[in-house]
Amino acid sequence: MLAGGLSYERDVSLRSGRRVLDALRAVGVEAEMLDADVALLPALKSDPPDAVFIALHGSTGEDGSLRGVLDLCGVPYVGPDARSARLAWDKPSAKAVLVECGIPTPEWVALPHDRFSELGAVAVLERIVDRLGLPLMVKPAQGGSGLGAAVVRDASALPAAMVGCFAYDQTALVERYVEGVDVAVSVLDLGEGPFTLPPVEIVPSNGVYDYAARYTAGLTTWHTPARLSAETSAEVVKTALAAHQALGLRDMSRVDLIVAPSGECTVLEVNVSPGMTETSLLPMAVQAGGLDLGDVIARLVMQAAERG
Amino acid sequence: MSETGTTLDDYTDRYAQRMIGMTASEIRALFAVANRPEVVSLAGGMPYIAALPLDAVGEVIGDLVAKQGTSALQYGLGQGMPELREQICAMMADVGIDASVGASPDDVVVTIGGQQALDLIARLFLDPGDVVLAEGPTYVGALGVFQAAQAQVVHVPMDHDGLIPAALEAAIEEQRRLGRRVKFLYTIPTYQNPAGVTLSEERREQVLDICERAGLLVIEDDPYGRLGFEGEAPRPLRARRRDGVFYLSTFSKTFAPGLRVGWILAPHAVRDKLVIATEANILCPSNFAQSVVSTYLSTMPWRQQLKTYQQIYAERRDTLLTALSDLMPEGTTWTRPAGGLFVWATLPAGLNSKAMVPRAIAARVAYVPGTGFYADGTGQQHLRLNFSFPPPERIREGVRRLAGVVEQELATRAVFGDTGPLDAVTDLPRPGAHAPGPDLA
Repeated sequence: MLAGGLSYERDVSLRSGRRVLDALRAVGVEAEMLDADVALLPALKSDPPDAVFIALHGSTGEDGSLRGVLDLCGVPYVGPDARSARLAWDKPSAKAVLVECGIPTPEWVALPHDRFSELGAVAVLERIVDRLGLPLMVKPAQGGSGLGAAVVRDASALPAAMVGCFAYDQTALVERYVEGVDVAVSVLDLGEGPFTLPPVEIVPSNGVYDYAARYTAGLTTWHTPARLSAETSAEVVKTALAAHQALGLRDMSRVDLIVAPSGECTVLEVNVSPGMTETSLLPMAVQAGGLDLGDVIARLVMQAAERG
Repeated sequence: MSETGTTLDDYTDRYAQRMIGMTASEIRALFAVANRPEVVSLAGGMPYIAALPLDAVGEVIGDLVAKQGTSALQYGLGQGMPELREQICAMMADVGIDASVGASPDDVVVTIGGQQALDLIARLFLDPGDVVLAEGPTYVGALGVFQAAQAQVVHVPMDHDGLIPAALEAAIEEQRRLGRRVKFLYTIPTYQNPAGVTLSEERREQVLDICERAGLLVIEDDPYGRLGFEGEAPRPLRARRRDGVFYLSTFSKTFAPGLRVGWILAPHAVRDKLVIATEANILCPSNFAQSVVSTYLSTMPWRQQLKTYQQIYAERRDTLLTALSDLMPEGTTWTRPAGGLFVWATLPAGLNSKAMVPRAIAARVAYVPGTGFYADGTGQQHLRLNFSFPPPERIREGVRRLAGVVEQELATRAVFGDTGPLDAVTDLPRPGAHAPGPDLA
């Protein structure tokens, strides 16, 4: 079980890791938690595990690079291979794939810091507002937990949002902000093909699902299953499953969507290393689906081990 | 809430008012990597404990348990061990707080570090809505205590000679005008945390006079007074007044913070109330920790150890100041502390040290953003740098990384121009959201 790392989400990862470790041990799986540091490769060599569960969030756990290293070591792991992880991790790339597959995602533009300095920020931002309208969502092209993300309702706030975003990443994703209900759909594959767990509806008390709202119990109300009509719910799970498959993911993922008042659903992003903390969405969905988190993770780990 | 909804916290409606706003904080999360060896942390407030003769201290502790275990491991007095209180008085006499100004072991209350001393003061004196005057910036742990007591902290600005007396007078006047009740001035006059400045000799009298005239108590917090490396610091405020000044100190910086032993020297009448409050709070401070400190003071060369700390910190401060001067981009300024653990830096105009933290973490360097040291979330342009803990070569490397971060941030600001206050976009106002954890205080 890998957790920690040096990303902005180290703290979240350690919380996820402890939860996964407890769940695995509760079902009798011998598990150990290691950090992704200089001690990792020697440890994997001296005492090779049957499989690795990656509870690292942020670049180390999700950009595919660590998976590449595990491939080099011949150590099997839960979740997608390096290529698919990298694709899902980079939001602009993932959105391009989704669009190609006919899966709706908000219109966007992804721009590195350098384009703004070369072309002039004022002119570029004006074009963005003209084309995408307001409100806008600004977020780092890579990253999670809502860090560096901001909703911009007034064009005058856009430069500040860009500066905040560029503190986290060299490339910013600016997309049309879709008003609607936040829904997360977890996708699992326990050996018989991918299936979805009950959608979780997210209602942050202050209206914004930011870092505090995500990780402070009491600040957000989660509805499981989401309060959607049967028809909308069916559309949501169908879209989530299609996104999981379009990106070539395996074992598990979490697809974040917005459901507009019209019932139209739009994919915001797909996570290959979903949070597993006490306030995270996938464990909530597992429970709502009548499954046990330890059993699910143990199955995924065994699957990975068999895959070799 | 519908039948399907959960907030994962069934107690949401039951928390006390003062808990509102205590939420998960991005800044704390970002600091999760600060203690990793890959990161040069200029963020902590930790003394360099490796400089202690740990083998000898270990022997002392072993002996203590073997020979006096039945008392050292037993409950003790709420006020603290009499022997230690004598020793504390002897130490305070070194800096002029002696019998001539009414200092007596009877009026010393031993606390769990300076932090519990602050908590007791707040319990005794603060009602919700009361105003506390404090330097701006001030110690983050004090802000936490005052906020928990639902008091309002009003900052009084400093310059290189510490608290500005005229500004103090103006703040008192302003609060009067607003009809607010100011209970006390909280001040760290010597080698201030986080600013690193020291209240000048001349201003000490002025500040005391102003408070006396306004009928304001003075809470003097002095954790760093013995960690000067440019001669003796001006005498503490308490050494100048018999009444009206509460003196708080700790062994956390002069010996070891892991023991959590501090104290308050309080006026006699207040002493009794402090003891009742501390007994209600913790029964008694750790007898074991007090015994360790007492034995350390009586059997080991603690004055020599102070000199060792001073020498190490002086070298590290010099390294930090030289590195800042060699490497930081133009427009950055900083204080030049004559003691203590911290340098307070000011970034070029328009930069925001809190917004810059993710960049710093990516560059593997950590500092504490200035916002943590203000009750009102201001201080964005400042940051606190610690020099007591990292070895000199790491300090220089940390500043090299920090300089790169500031340069990147300057480049981004140059592209996007003056963006106004960033926090309005990225943050909701949450008290405590800017505060780092205890290892960073």
